[in-house]
Amino acid sequence: MTVTNHNWRKFKNAFMQTLTCVCAVLVVLPLVLVFYHLIRQGFTSLNWAFFTQLPKAVGEKGGGMANAIVGTFVLMGQAALLGVPVGVLGGVYLSEYGTSRLNWWIRFAADILNGVPSITWGVVVYGLMVVPMHGSSALAGGVVLGLMMIPLVMRTTEEVLQLVPGGYREAALALGISKWRIIVQIVLRTASKGIVTGVLLALARVAGETAPLLFTAFGNLGWAHSLKEPIAAIPLLIFNYAISPYDDWHRQAWAGALVLLLLVLFLNIGVRFLTRSKFSARGT
Amino acid sequence: MTETAPINTTPAVSHLGDRIFKWLTLLMALAIFVLIALIGFELAQGAGPAIHKFGWHFLVSSDWDPVNDLYGALPFIFGTVVSSLIALIIAVPISVATAVYLTELAPLWLRQPLIMFIELLAAIPSVILGFWGLFILVPWLHLHLYPALRTTLGFLPFFKGTDYGPCMLAAGIILAIMIIPIITSVSREILRSVPGLQREAAYALGATRWEVTRIAVLSYAKNGIFGAVILGLGRALGETMAVTMVIGNSPQITKSLFDPDSTLASWIANQFSEAIGDLFYSSLFELGLVLLGVTVLVNIVAQLLLKTFAGPGVKPQS
Amino acid sequence: MTFNSFFTNPQQGSPVKVESGVAAATAFDIRSLNLWFGSHQVLFDVSLQIPVRAVTAIIGPSGCGKSTLLRSLNRMHDLVPSARMEGRITLFGEDLYSKKIDPTLVRRRIGMVFQKSNPFPTMSIAENVTVGLRLNGMRKSDLLQERLETSLRMAALWDEVKDRLNAPAISLSGGQQQRLCIARALAVKPEVLLMDEPASALDPIATAHIEDLILDLKKEFTIVIVTHNMQQAARISEHTAFFYLGKLVEFDTTTKIFTTPAQKQTEDYVTGRFG
Repeated sequence: MTVTNHNWRKFKNAFMQTLTCVCAVLVVLPLVLVFYHLIRQGFTSLNWAFFTQLPKAVGEKGGGMANAIVGTFVLMGQAALLGVPVGVLGGVYLSEYGTSRLNWWIRFAADILNGVPSITWGVVVYGLMVVPMHGSSALAGGVVLGLMMIPLVMRTTEEVLQLVPGGYREAALALGISKWRIIVQIVLRTASKGIVTGVLLALARVAGETAPLLFTAFGNLGWAHSLKEPIAAIPLLIFNYAISPYDDWHRQAWAGALVLLLLVLFLNIGVRFLTRSKFSARGT
Repeated sequence: MTETAPINTTPAVSHLGDRIFKWLTLLMALAIFVLIALIGFELAQGAGPAIHKFGWHFLVSSDWDPVNDLYGALPFIFGTVVSSLIALIIAVPISVATAVYLTELAPLWLRQPLIMFIELLAAIPSVILGFWGLFILVPWLHLHLYPALRTTLGFLPFFKGTDYGPCMLAAGIILAIMIIPIITSVSREILRSVPGLQREAAYALGATRWEVTRIAVLSYAKNGIFGAVILGLGRALGETMAVTMVIGNSPQITKSLFDPDSTLASWIANQFSEAIGDLFYSSLFELGLVLLGVTVLVNIVAQLLLKTFAGPGVKPQS
Repeated sequence: MTFNSFFTNPQQGSPVKVESGVAAATAFDIRSLNLWFGSHQVLFDVSLQIPVRAVTAIIGPSGCGKSTLLRSLNRMHDLVPSARMEGRITLFGEDLYSKKIDPTLVRRRIGMVFQKSNPFPTMSIAENVTVGLRLNGMRKSDLLQERLETSLRMAALWDEVKDRLNAPAISLSGGQQQRLCIARALAVKPEVLLMDEPASALDPIATAHIEDLILDLKKEFTIVIVTHNMQQAARISEHTAFFYLGKLVEFDTTTKIFTTPAQKQTEDYVTGRFG
C-alpha cells in the first residue's frame, strides 16, 4: 500500500494493454500480407484472356482460367442443391420439433461433423462415387461439397429460427393455422434473411475447398461436357499450378488466388451487409 | 342457448400436411447420423485390406514402400502431432491475449473492426494460405528466421541442419496462422460470458483493468478457454492444403524442425493421385481412418468442454 | 502526497445541518448531481450530505435512481461508456471526480457489497478475503492472516469458517457468501461501505444476520445502504433519503421520515399508498 506498489500496478496494467494489443496486431498481419501479395502479384494478370480462355498446353504461356471459374460455380450450384434443402429442413426440425434429448445428440453430431477434415470427406466420396463410376466427375465434386454444407447450414438455420420470437408462432396458432404452414409461411419467411446468410457463408466456405476435390472432381484442363466428367475448379487449379515448375503457371495461380479470395471475401462481407437487420446467423 | 363448437375442427388434410412435414424434416435432421455412419463405413471398408494385412503394426511402422507394398503410419502420426503442437505453442498465447484485448482492454471503437478482420482471416481458403506460404512465407523464413534460430538455438536438436524451405517448422507456423482465428473467437465468446457481477466485484475492490481481467475473468474462464484451444487443435490436426504445400512431403520421422516432413492429411493429399494397387489405396484409406479417429476424438473432447464450461450464449463454431 | 495519506481517516468533516436540526460530520457531500445514460437523464439535481459513522438508507420505488446514486459514489459508472455526470461529489472534502485522482484509488477507499453475492469462484474463502490486500502488495503472511481473521470476525463469519478457510468460497450458503463479500470489502479497511440491497437475495434468517452485522459495523464505518425494504431501513438506519423518479424528495432522520415526513410524496410511499 505504497506509492511504488500503486505505480507498479499501473505499469503492469499499461504493459498488459500494450502486449495484448501487439498480439492483436500480429493476428491481423497475415491477412494484410496475404491480400497485399495477392494484389501485387496477381492483379496485373487479371486480363480479358484470363477470364475467357482455357489453360494452354503444359509449358506454354498464356491462357486463362475460364473453365475453372465456371467449374467453381457449377460445383457450388450442385452443393447448394444438396446442402440447402437437407440443411434447412434439418434445421427446421431442430428448432421447431424434436425432443431436447434427440436434438442434443443431433446438434452434437453436427458439430463433430463440422470438425471432420475436408480430405476425409474427399476420400469417402471417392469410395462412394468415384470408384463405382470408374472415374472422377463433377457430380462427385458437387456431392462432396454438398455433404460438407449440410451440418453447417443445419446449425446456422436452427440458430436463426430460434431468434424468431415465439409470439409470432403463438399468434398464428391462436388463429388456427396448421403448424407446418406456420413454419413455412411465417417462421421461415421471417428468418429468410438469416437463413440466406447462413447458406452464403457455407457456400463461401466450400468454394475455397481443395482437398475434397482432389480425387472427386479432379480437375480438367478443358471444359467438362457433362457432370460425369472431371471438372476444373479455381482452388484445384491454384494448387496444381502452384506445385508445378512453370513460371507462367505460377503467375496465373496468383491471379486465380486473387479471384478466389475476392469471391470468398465478397460473400463474407456481403452477408455482413445483409445482417444489418434483426435476424442474423451469428447473433450480436 | 349457446352452442359449443367441437374442439377438433382442423381438416384432415392439414393434419396430414403436419405429419408429412414433420417426418420430412426429421429425415433431414437424421441425415447427420447417416453421414457419420457413411464416413465411418466407407473408410473402414476402404481400409479393410490394409487392416487385414498389417493389423496394429500399421500404426507403429515407418515403412512406406510402394515397390514392396509395405506401408506404415508412424511418420505421419508423428508429423501430425508435432506440427499441431508447434501450431498450438505459437497460436495459444497470441490468441488468448488477443481475445483478452478484444473483450476487456481494447478501446470500444476498435473492437468491431478487429473482430471483422479476424473473421475474414478465418475465411481465407486453405489453398490460398498455402500458396502464399509457399511463395512468400517460406522463402522469408529460409532467409531470415531459420538462420536466426540456428545461431541462437542451434545447440538444440530441433534447430540443427540445413533446410530447403519447406519443413516442419513452416507447417507449424502456417497452421498457427490458421487456428488463431478460431481460438480467438471462441475464447472471446467465453470471456464475454463471464458474469458482469464478477468484474464489478473486482473493480469495487479498486483493481486496475488488467487485475480485473486476471482475477475475475481469466480464472473464471480458464476451462472454457481450454476447450477453445482443443477445438483449435482439432482444426490443426485435419488441415490439409496449406500444410501439404509447405511441409515438404517426406515420409520420415525427423528430429530437426528444419527437415521436410509429412502429416496424415498432407500425405493422403500428396499420394492419392499416384497410388497404384489395392494395398496402396487401402493404406491411404487407413491413414484417413486414423486421421478421422484422432480428429473426432479431439473434437468430442473440445465440444464437451465447451458445452460444460462455456456460457449459454457460446456457440462452438468450426 | 503519499499514498498513505489516502488512508488517514479525518475525524471531522464539515458539519451539516439536517432538516430537523441535528448536526453531524459529513462523509459524502453530494452537490447538484445530475446523471445521464446517453440522452436519458436518471438523476436530477441531487444534493445530499451523508453523515459519518452512521447508517444512511436510500429508499424509493424501483427505477428511482437509488442504485445509480450509490454507484456514482465509488465511480462505478466510469465503466459505462454512455454515462455522463454533472455536479460534485466529495468524500471528506476531497473531490472524487477530480482529474488528478485515479478512480482505482477512489474504489480502494470505498467498499461495495452487491445485491447478489459475488465471491470469486476460483478462490478459497481466505483468498477471497485477502484478495484486495494482496493486490495492494501486502505479502507478509502473518499480517494477511491477522487481517483475514479480523475481517471475518467483523463480518460475523469467523466462527463458521475458521476450520475451512481453504475451502472454495462457493461452498458456502447464500447468506454466508454475502457475509464473505462483506469481509472481503472490510479487509482493505475502507472508509465507507456502500451496500446495494445486500439482503434482497437472502432468506429472513440470513437477512437478520446481515442487519445485526450492519448495526455492529456502523460503530466504525460510514454505511450507505440502498434498500427497497422500508422496514429494514427503519430498523437499521439513522438517516433516510427518499428518492422518486431520480429526484431526492426528502432527507432526514429515519424516525422523522417514517413518522412525520415533511413531504406528501414521502408520506404516501412510507404508508404504502404507492410503491
